[in-house]
Amino acid sequence: MPSFFDRSSQIAKPGFSRWLVPPAALAIHLCIGQAYAFSVFKLPMTKLIGVTASAPDDWKQSELGWIFSIAIVFLGLSAAVFGRWVESGGPRRAMFVAACCFGGGFLVAALGVQLHNIWIVYLGYGVLGGIGLGIGYISPVSTLIKWFPDRPGMATGMAIMGFGGGAMIASPLSLMLMKFYATPQSVGVTQTFVTMGAIYFLVMMFGVFLVRLPADGWKPDGFVPRAVAGTMITVGNVSVDQAFKTRQFWQLWLVLCMNVTAGIGILETASPMIQEMFPGHVTAAAAGGFVGLLSIFNMAGRFVWSSTSDYIGRRNTYMIFFTLGILLYASIPSIGHMGSVPLFVAVCVILLSMYGGGFATIPAYLKDVFGTMHVGAIHGRLLTAWSVAGVLGPVLVNYIRDYQLAQGVAKPDAYNVTMYLMAVLLMVGFVSNWFMKPVDTRHLYQGEPLKA
Amino acid sequence: MTEKVTKTSPALILLAWAIVGIPWLWGFSQTLQKAAALFQ
Repeated sequence: MPSFFDRSSQIAKPGFSRWLVPPAALAIHLCIGQAYAFSVFKLPMTKLIGVTASAPDDWKQSELGWIFSIAIVFLGLSAAVFGRWVESGGPRRAMFVAACCFGGGFLVAALGVQLHNIWIVYLGYGVLGGIGLGIGYISPVSTLIKWFPDRPGMATGMAIMGFGGGAMIASPLSLMLMKFYATPQSVGVTQTFVTMGAIYFLVMMFGVFLVRLPADGWKPDGFVPRAVAGTMITVGNVSVDQAFKTRQFWQLWLVLCMNVTAGIGILETASPMIQEMFPGHVTAAAAGGFVGLLSIFNMAGRFVWSSTSDYIGRRNTYMIFFTLGILLYASIPSIGHMGSVPLFVAVCVILLSMYGGGFATIPAYLKDVFGTMHVGAIHGRLLTAWSVAGVLGPVLVNYIRDYQLAQGVAKPDAYNVTMYLMAVLLMVGFVSNWFMKPVDTRHLYQGEPLKA
Repeated sequence: MTEKVTKTSPALILLAWAIVGIPWLWGFSQTLQKAAALFQ
């Protein structure tokens, strides 16, 4: 008798609605998207001993910054390493492991906070949680593409939009829990971590029970697959190891890396940037509102752009991202000189929508180029671009700003070089995407499709 | 002999979407309130 986690047990019975699969995927992505809101713990975690103010033995912000960085690095690494395993075992097993790692990561981190040992926190939230992030991020992607061959961009966009939305839930939830658990002797971080670990585990298990794979050969009613390859769409499949050897994989790696690095340029510095570029015009509260607005557009862009890509094509979608992105980044210094806050906000929200759109459109782009056979595993390897961008983006932005200030540049102008640099990075992505061609037929897998 | 086809109930689909959609809408409304500070 097949076990609950066997691939055969995950095959949907006739009559199963494919519209149950996006909520299963969202149950995972809405939880792991919490990573984007981890910064709400930074300040309280600098007061674990002092409670009302930082004590000499309390952790420094610089030590705490590593928690998120480690998690993002392990996200990319685990997605790359476990991609094949995720494909072969099906989404249910992968989601379960992701739930255990992500929920468990919180519990281990809680122990680290309680013992005031930063290395346990790194191990818990950074390593264990990061592995949960990576496996969880890729686990529903290929399943959604198989259930929605008629609209793969929209389907994966929905799930990846959940990752953007996860921070919107986690940020107020974390603040509420810390307030609830806080006492005169504690800031309540330990209890908050334990509670969130339990909640996230349960919600992710909802996805584990709900998700199903379509039966072999299943197609939506009325859907007719393309008989011949389109300009970029392959009718064959490329195995994950073979895809890794193609020029197209590395072109797409560069496309994602440049798009993400440029987006982080704004995300990382949004609040201080708007206050420093428009001194006296934007309060700290309004800057917080600006960050919230960016989150909304980051999330919405994931669904809107990836759904649009089903109609205009993936390559064209990225051409829009890069062309418009170059123009908008290059215009920011001039907008700063004009002193127009509304125009600056409008430009930034468009840029952030394209940042999110870049994440959400890439799985469908991979499916077009390499086929569906190993798309999840290939996506996993491509996510190493995110890990690189996660380190490269903030380093570039912060280093250049500090260098500019050290050279005597006025604060409102300290971001100009960064913005021009972001435009240059997008030019690199533009060129990489411009030369995108279908994979040579010699790379196509011959024979029966492999599970992974 | 053909297998009996049981269609997924629309209520189940609605429930599944509600379980993920309600917390999401709550988070979205919280963020929207925060974002409103930019326009005040």
